[in-house]
Amino acid sequence: MAVVTEAPPPLTSTSPDKPPRRRGRWTPYWLLLPGILWLVVFFALPMIYQASTSVQTGSLEEGYKVTWHFATYWDALSEYWPQFLRSVLYAAAATVLCLLLGYPLAYLIAFRAGRWRNLIMILVIAPFFTSFLIRTLAWKTILADGGPVVATLNALHVLDVTSWLGWTSGDRVLATPLAVVCGLTYNFLPFMILPLYTSLERIDGRLHEAAGDLYARPFTTFRKVTFPLSTPGVVSGTLLTFIPAAGDYVNADLLGSTDTRMVGNVIQTQFLRVLDYPTAAALSFILMAAILFMVTFYIRRSGTEDLV
Amino acid sequence: MEQYEADRLFPALKRSQSGGRASLGRRSLLRAATGGAFALGGLGALSACGIPAAGKSQGGVSASDHSAKEKVVNFSNWPEYIDIDKSGKRHPTLDAFAARTGIDVKYTEDINDNNEFFGKVKPQLAAGQDTGRDLINVTDWLAARLIRLGWVQKLDPANLPNAFAHLSAQFRDPDWDPGRAYSYPWQGISTVIAFNKKALDGIEVKSVSDLLDNPGLKGRVGFLQEMRDSVGMTLLDMGKDPARFTSDDYDAALARIQKAVDKGQIRRFTGNDYTSDLTKGDLAACIAWGGDVVQLKADNPDVDYIIPDAGLITSTDNLLIPNKARHKTNAERLIDFYFEPKPAAQLSAYINFVCPVDGGREELAKIDKAAADNPLIVPTKAVAAKSHSFRSLSDKEEAAYEGKFAKLTGA
Repeated sequence: MAVVTEAPPPLTSTSPDKPPRRRGRWTPYWLLLPGILWLVVFFALPMIYQASTSVQTGSLEEGYKVTWHFATYWDALSEYWPQFLRSVLYAAAATVLCLLLGYPLAYLIAFRAGRWRNLIMILVIAPFFTSFLIRTLAWKTILADGGPVVATLNALHVLDVTSWLGWTSGDRVLATPLAVVCGLTYNFLPFMILPLYTSLERIDGRLHEAAGDLYARPFTTFRKVTFPLSTPGVVSGTLLTFIPAAGDYVNADLLGSTDTRMVGNVIQTQFLRVLDYPTAAALSFILMAAILFMVTFYIRRSGTEDLV
Repeated sequence: MEQYEADRLFPALKRSQSGGRASLGRRSLLRAATGGAFALGGLGALSACGIPAAGKSQGGVSASDHSAKEKVVNFSNWPEYIDIDKSGKRHPTLDAFAARTGIDVKYTEDINDNNEFFGKVKPQLAAGQDTGRDLINVTDWLAARLIRLGWVQKLDPANLPNAFAHLSAQFRDPDWDPGRAYSYPWQGISTVIAFNKKALDGIEVKSVSDLLDNPGLKGRVGFLQEMRDSVGMTLLDMGKDPARFTSDDYDAALARIQKAVDKGQIRRFTGNDYTSDLTKGDLAACIAWGGDVVQLKADNPDVDYIIPDAGLITSTDNLLIPNKARHKTNAERLIDFYFEPKPAAQLSAYINFVCPVDGGREELAKIDKAAADNPLIVPTKAVAAKSHSFRSLSDKEEAAYEGKFAKLTGA
């Protein structure tokens, strides 16, 4: 990164044996410059600022000073580990649900939709035209206690089972873990479908024909040809779903209750309400580190380095 | 580094885009980014960015007042917290002010939440900069904090004759701003218990105890995320005075709420969004704000409220002038305008909160008889006697109490 701050190399056109070609050497870096500046201003600097905040102590009236108080990290983790665990669990559940819902749909759009393809794509993307908040609030109406969805689930005794599992409580869905996971799944589903679609759509249809010619049944074709070729889509889809879902706080706030608060809620509360900036910053860093760790592990396991 | 020649560069670029092995892999990019960040950051940079102490020393600084030359005032308020005409675009009281004084009000609805708003203006105010706002409207505890931090300007009584003359006695001497040196109330807020008759289905709710204990309401009770309202109402219910409670009283009230949380009695701690839950009947009963209840009641006959015998919490939203505001005098004139009975009544008739202006009742009766008789808008003597306010907290107390309450609400 330091390279970009250096002055451009002296023009070498004066030396006769090396014609102006050498100018090209720096071109990629010049082209990268806007991106790197962007990263520095909107990513690196805020990171440094937050890192600094996390090791400060003080109060609003006395000001905050860097005292290298690393104990904040330990305190934050030992105090809020249940919320961390919950974030990971909810995000993982939502990711799995997104994959289960998203894969068939992406498959349908890529191979079977024909002239409906564009229409279905628009339907997938259309919810993005309204705000995240509105979409989440809509789920409060969908899952309302007296609403048709909950009444049906009750009539089928589904809620007895989920209630026994601890996913819902009594005969309601709102303000329970299930509602939060539903909200997360719904809100991040397009992030799963789009990369899945891109990687499925790239698969050459003749491969399917070839598999058929070699007497593979449709399921075998899927297992041995289609799915392996779509793994980059699966990996990037799960990442794009899991990472934002783990940090989300809107769904837990609107659809959940006191026992469904995720780490995003804790960070928000500490930062805005309690004004404990160091703890909030430390929590953000722990969350970032945890996600980075999990993602690295996941990418290594899945053996894909090129994401889409 | 290997030297790229132009003709070799383009295939390389192409490769990098097409995702071959030589591509700019995600991993190498990440490595470069984090390496760069740390190289740039260094430990020195970390310690260089402490947050300076709140600008106590510069408390009450006024930039040179441009009121005489620039006939504008920038007023930041909450959404739907002012009168709106039939077209839905104009605010008659602001227009009347502009017509009389020639001062143009730049009205912005950019305060959605006290905590959020504080987070938004904190960096500028802490650094002693102009926020671009001449007049802000925040709830009393935040007003108290801003005064404590020295981030707002002392008002000039010479510009506020009406305000001084007409301010209701009830609002004259809050413990956080005795004699109203820095602030004037915009509206008063009564915190009461609201319920949905249909959802209650015959269950009687008369007190906070009923909310916390009645098993028939399990999972259908709402409390507010505003610590002072939820804890204040509970303190009252326990026979304590929210204006004079001890740390032990506070802990006892929290323990009482915690018990209800643990047995699943309380469904959620809400912000303003309790209104839709209550209308739908997902919440059978909840702690609610008076002005909202008046609106909800008008829209849905099932919604009603009671004032518990133990009393109710009152708070205020207050107009303040931040440090370095460019148009202080104009802002003061706008405050003063709203303390004339007529505009005050116009405002209360529209937004249905407690009118802090003496003589507002008579004017209000001319516009809307029912509103003038509503104790949530014009408190009767009996209601005023039951009103209590939550005492102001020191910096340390506030942090400790908010922290404990946050834990109660799950984070």
